[in-house]
Amino acid sequence: MSDITKDFNTEHMVINMGPSHPVTHGTVKFLTTLDGETIVDLKVDIGYLHRGFEKMCENGTWQQVIPYTDRLNYVSPLINNVGYALAVEKLIGIDVPERCKYIRVIASELSRICDHLTNIAAGGLELGAFSAFLYFVEARDIIWDLIEMLCGARVTANYVRIGGLKNDLPDNFKEKTLEVFKKVRSLWADVDKLLTKNRIFIDRVKDIAAMPPDEAIAYGFTGPCLRSCGVPYDVRKAQPYLVYDRMDFEIPIGETGDNFDRYLVRMEEITQSLSIVEQAFDQIPPGPINVDMPQYRWQSKDDVYNRIDSLIFHFKTVIEGIKPPPGEIYSAVEGANGELGFYLVSDGSGKPYKIKVRPPCFALTAAMPRMMKGRFIADIVPTFDMINMIGGECDR
Amino acid sequence: MLADMIESIAKILFIFGMNIGFFAPVLGWVERKQSAVMQDRIGANRADIFGFTVIGLFHSIADAIKVLTKEDFIPTGANKFFHTAAPFISLVPAIVTFCVIPFGGRYTLFGHDVNLVISDLDVGLLFIFAFSSLATYGAVLGGWSSNNNWSLIGGLRASAQMLSYEVAMGLTIIGVLMVYGSLKLTEIGVMQENFFRWGIFMQPLGFVLFLTCAIAENKRAPFDVPEAESEIVAGYFTEYSGMKFVMFWMGEFLEIVTISGIVTTLFFGAWHLPFITDQMLLSFFQFAGSNGASILAMLVNIATFFIKVIFFIWMQMTIRWTLPRFRYDQVMKLCWKMILPLSLINIFITGLVFLR
Repeated sequence: MSDITKDFNTEHMVINMGPSHPVTHGTVKFLTTLDGETIVDLKVDIGYLHRGFEKMCENGTWQQVIPYTDRLNYVSPLINNVGYALAVEKLIGIDVPERCKYIRVIASELSRICDHLTNIAAGGLELGAFSAFLYFVEARDIIWDLIEMLCGARVTANYVRIGGLKNDLPDNFKEKTLEVFKKVRSLWADVDKLLTKNRIFIDRVKDIAAMPPDEAIAYGFTGPCLRSCGVPYDVRKAQPYLVYDRMDFEIPIGETGDNFDRYLVRMEEITQSLSIVEQAFDQIPPGPINVDMPQYRWQSKDDVYNRIDSLIFHFKTVIEGIKPPPGEIYSAVEGANGELGFYLVSDGSGKPYKIKVRPPCFALTAAMPRMMKGRFIADIVPTFDMINMIGGECDR
Repeated sequence: MLADMIESIAKILFIFGMNIGFFAPVLGWVERKQSAVMQDRIGANRADIFGFTVIGLFHSIADAIKVLTKEDFIPTGANKFFHTAAPFISLVPAIVTFCVIPFGGRYTLFGHDVNLVISDLDVGLLFIFAFSSLATYGAVLGGWSSNNNWSLIGGLRASAQMLSYEVAMGLTIIGVLMVYGSLKLTEIGVMQENFFRWGIFMQPLGFVLFLTCAIAENKRAPFDVPEAESEIVAGYFTEYSGMKFVMFWMGEFLEIVTISGIVTTLFFGAWHLPFITDQMLLSFFQFAGSNGASILAMLVNIATFFIKVIFFIWMQMTIRWTLPRFRYDQVMKLCWKMILPLSLINIFITGLVFLR
């Protein structure tokens, strides 16, 4: 036996996993060096979905950036809208009306639910659990119906405005939402039964790609992946924005930071988000949704036709864009994947001088080689699903 | 002599018609529709002829037309001979193995003795094992000859998995052989006339282990690591298209039927109805005369057999659409560390019971 292994010449196989590969979805390439089934080396090659988001933003007005943000994390576009609008408002110093804050929370949480549903569904699908995938995609679809009711679009929402919202909640939105949540909860229970105690699923995800908390922080992990390591960091609790400090919700945390913990954290966050939306519906006050600052937020058509200052600022903001004061600012929200930060620089003109996005999944993708070395090629699948790399957000 | 020939040809045509004409295309439809029902979808329903869709059954015809007219692609650098031979090697065993499985008993028709099995071999079970191991070559050659790294990994996984599970599968049915004392499938079938002598009661553990091994041998989910589409694209048939791809596919579907046939024969009383012996059936149909009674009894037995087969097909489909996929090393661990020792224990216990 020893003679054979000594004389037998073997070499590593270098193989491109992606971008045209079922697990990489066309958005990333893994250059893997394999020793049989074991990964000796793995290099991540990103940039396949680079659209020059940050440069594009410099050519539009501040308001025109909002549709671009839809395309960052296209699974939860409303959170990107809210995050960007909050950053610009922080730069200007606007405090939006109470009702607007509640609606933004509702929109963000609906998006977060969608994102987690999609993530777990895709994770199940790629491990071969096709039924779990379709159950959650159905749940996501009925939540998309709600988002369609809210803003007219299912994916590219473009709902939030600087200093307000496109429109108020539609009629019967609360009743419809509670009805949808009932169905979502039952589908959640189905998938919970199909996966959480499924021995095969647990074997595939447990103890794979575990990250110790210190290393996770060093890599810049945020969101469910950091919380799965046992670090209770959530922007919604750490630096409460909008009205999250008035909501009663828990941050689920894991123990080992492996893929199974990431899955469990996401499953629990879905139920927490459902309850946040319900609380927001109970607390939401009546009132305006837009700030009364005509130089930043268009007034209603009534005002534009009847008030001279509104009319002037309507012209000015359409032609030149709103003009935040010069300065720079960093503002973060809790995206579905982690901390979604916007770093804005304004030179006082109608266009952004610089917009830098801090995408949560960039740091997570960067840790892929660390998590995958010495593992099996099949482990790439659940790990890559559970870090939930979204090409649009990572490559920008 | 002539009667023998007619009988053989009739049986061959029947099994061929049943497998290739009925099960292979219909299983494609079943797979689509059953998964659709399980997942709250509608499933295939678009292909129609003059507006009739027949709940999606015409998709099988549309599929056939599609694959027959598709380009037959052989990648550069592939070994043309083996690349072409591989699908045949994996399809033929799937068709051939069914010829030793009895789909009915033994009847006397017009003074002629009819035995409802194409070839009543003394070593029927060994024949099945021998031929199903040939299918391994199809997967391995297909993976190796495609000149594609993913195919190669798939082929390697297939060879390791199928060889391991063959060993385990061989041991799982030793218990059955000890109970019935025969390798001849017709004899095993005859011995299960009494409901409480069915294999499932004699060898419950053996049944579970055998079914697991058989699904793994067939490379269906949750054991589909050789073709795990999210990991290694499509495994050993990544580079196959058109009819050759469908031959791998058909081989897989026919193997489902064969597995169900073997399970029915070994563990579920073959062609027998529970609590009803062949004699009771014959006397029940006595009103039709002796020949008529034989024919009716034969039809009932064939129907019983195929209903059982369809039940196990349904069961395999349900498993396939419920469970996620194993990882490669877990598949091997399951085989060598769980199934193999368990089947040895099963043999040991069976031996103890028989010694007593």
